[in-house]
Amino acid sequence: MNIHEYQAKELFDRFGVPSPKGKAASSPREAYDAAKWLAVKNLVVKAQVHAGGRGKGTFKNGFKGGVHLVESPEAAREVAAKMLGETLVTKQTGEAGRLVRKVMIAESVTISKELYLAILMDRASCQPVIIVSTEGGMDIEEVAAKTPEKILREFVHPLAGLQAYQVRKLCQNLGLTTTARQFGRLLHSLYKLFTECDCSMVEINPVVITTDDHVYALDAKFNFDDNALYRHPEISAYRDKEEEDPREVAASEHELNYIGLDGNIACLVNGAGLAMATMDIIKHHGGEPANFLDVGGGASREQVAAAFKIILGDKAVKGIFINIFGGIMDCNVVAEGVVAAAKETGLSLPLVVRLEGNNVEAGKATLAASGLNIVAADGMDDGAKKIVAAVA
Amino acid sequence: MSILIDENTKVLVQGITGGFGARHAKLSLEYGTKIVGGVTPTKGGQMFENTVPIFDTVGEAVKETGATASAIFVPPAFAADAILEAADAGVEIIVCITEGIPVMDMMRVKAMMAGSKSRLVGPNCPGLVTPGRGEKSHGGCRIGIAPGYIHKRGNVGVVSRSGTLTYEAVWQLTQLGYGQSTCVGIGGDPINGTSHKDVLEMFNEDPETEAIIMIGEIGGTAEVEAARWAKEHCKKPIAGFIAGATAPPGRRMGHAGAIVGGEEDTAQAKKKILAECGIAVAETPSVMAKTLLELWGR
Repeated sequence: MNIHEYQAKELFDRFGVPSPKGKAASSPREAYDAAKWLAVKNLVVKAQVHAGGRGKGTFKNGFKGGVHLVESPEAAREVAAKMLGETLVTKQTGEAGRLVRKVMIAESVTISKELYLAILMDRASCQPVIIVSTEGGMDIEEVAAKTPEKILREFVHPLAGLQAYQVRKLCQNLGLTTTARQFGRLLHSLYKLFTECDCSMVEINPVVITTDDHVYALDAKFNFDDNALYRHPEISAYRDKEEEDPREVAASEHELNYIGLDGNIACLVNGAGLAMATMDIIKHHGGEPANFLDVGGGASREQVAAAFKIILGDKAVKGIFINIFGGIMDCNVVAEGVVAAAKETGLSLPLVVRLEGNNVEAGKATLAASGLNIVAADGMDDGAKKIVAAVA
Repeated sequence: MSILIDENTKVLVQGITGGFGARHAKLSLEYGTKIVGGVTPTKGGQMFENTVPIFDTVGEAVKETGATASAIFVPPAFAADAILEAADAGVEIIVCITEGIPVMDMMRVKAMMAGSKSRLVGPNCPGLVTPGRGEKSHGGCRIGIAPGYIHKRGNVGVVSRSGTLTYEAVWQLTQLGYGQSTCVGIGGDPINGTSHKDVLEMFNEDPETEAIIMIGEIGGTAEVEAARWAKEHCKKPIAGFIAGATAPPGRRMGHAGAIVGGEEDTAQAKKKILAECGIAVAETPSVMAKTLLELWGR
């Protein structure tokens, strides 16, 4: 799950991670009030969308840039009016862009140095790792590729937590002197936030050192462990469904695991590994998968029907491949769900079904007796070939 | 022989009174597995299916039944505690089926179990099956949620992160007439107890296992580590499959993760390294067994 910049700022404030003073606004009037409240000359107005590349983005109304420097509450109000309710297109949003519902008004600081700081869960060593670099504000992947020696890693023991000497070591390696204490406090606070909020990653790029020697977290990217959201209702409340693929939102409401892709062959599969492998085998035979969809090991008839409707909601879909290995799951339950959904939606697309496993004969009989135009596949390979041929 | 468990292994089920746990405990009993006890706090003294005693704690259950393995079906919020309770009670093989445990919990469990004599398999896994010698492999040891009837006792070891792909491989083998020594689902979570490499080491030492299928997927480097180990040490033929060649990048980890993950965690990279290590890589998931048999010369 991702969150907005103003929400990240709320978390920073809660855990004592220093960041420039700022406030979110939903209307030009609120933007004006926020700027007044800040009472500083140099302000920045930032469009709140989940995509990166905002500064270089363009609004569909022609207004350029999702991040603007302004010097008065009146100017903040004017810029906010051009952003709010408008659609911002950046290199990460795609052509559709994202509707801006909120802007953030913040104090603009004068930067003397930019650093990179991230904490994430390292799965190989099963512990958190802190990553820092003097090359803040840059594309960190590029830094890693070109100058890997400029990326420093520090592993943290899961039970002992972050130690003071580790922070001192990092500060020294970053060449920090007068600001080392401030950076150290920021790092300790951020580590606390990382563990207590069940983050899988938090990345601050950049951490800035201002000309008057203050250390601030500027732009933050958070990823939270979805499995842990049940114990963080305040973070779950940050979820912004408007920023998500509507197909994925619908799927999550039915406890289905769905990820939209760009192809035209939809798949409906039980099990995450088999769902991935099904996409692979479609591609192997020259097709393009439209989605990843795992209905789980114990899907009900209703869930199968819901999954079917989500698939059909994608207008790019030209054919459907259902691949079920019913270990414990009853193949006939799947077959009944498919028939019900196909009839209800008046399905006209090619449908290839591969059923294997528990109660498979009854499942096949249900499909055959349905009167629907369903192509039965003899194995996964055969099914993939048949659906690729059908949409070609 | 087999690895980890055999037909005589005495098994506990933690969370036996929950819907999911009860259903699979019953299926294991029907398969012929020695389910000797269940654990549900506050329900000690009751019976499951009129035959299996339920205990309040794992320690008590181990003492009363002599169980050496446990299947965990408790909800995610309580699963870390259940794993640690089983380890504290000296359970040798702890198989955690539960899906959705917070990574932070598993990180702490993993650190706390360092040096423990217990082995954790999972979480978020289908469990273990050592097939029996009866009809449809009846009489084997089934810990977890795998369908028993697709198995056949034999000489191929199967290890996988994914449940349904394990079933695919097993079913392909069984249909071609080749049985399995033990099938191990190590689970799909980023932090788990037993790795691909751990299982390859056990299969390598097991006289009954003559050939191995290893199934992996994108993310992490566990398959790569296993393959590199196998190149140096494994005496037995291995076929592999890696799922996720078409998965969109960055959906589970942000871009900082890509740095630490390195360049070895895509499906393409893993397949290449597996092949370099002498593992026969199946082109598609439908030819996993066939690929093994070709390498094995059967």
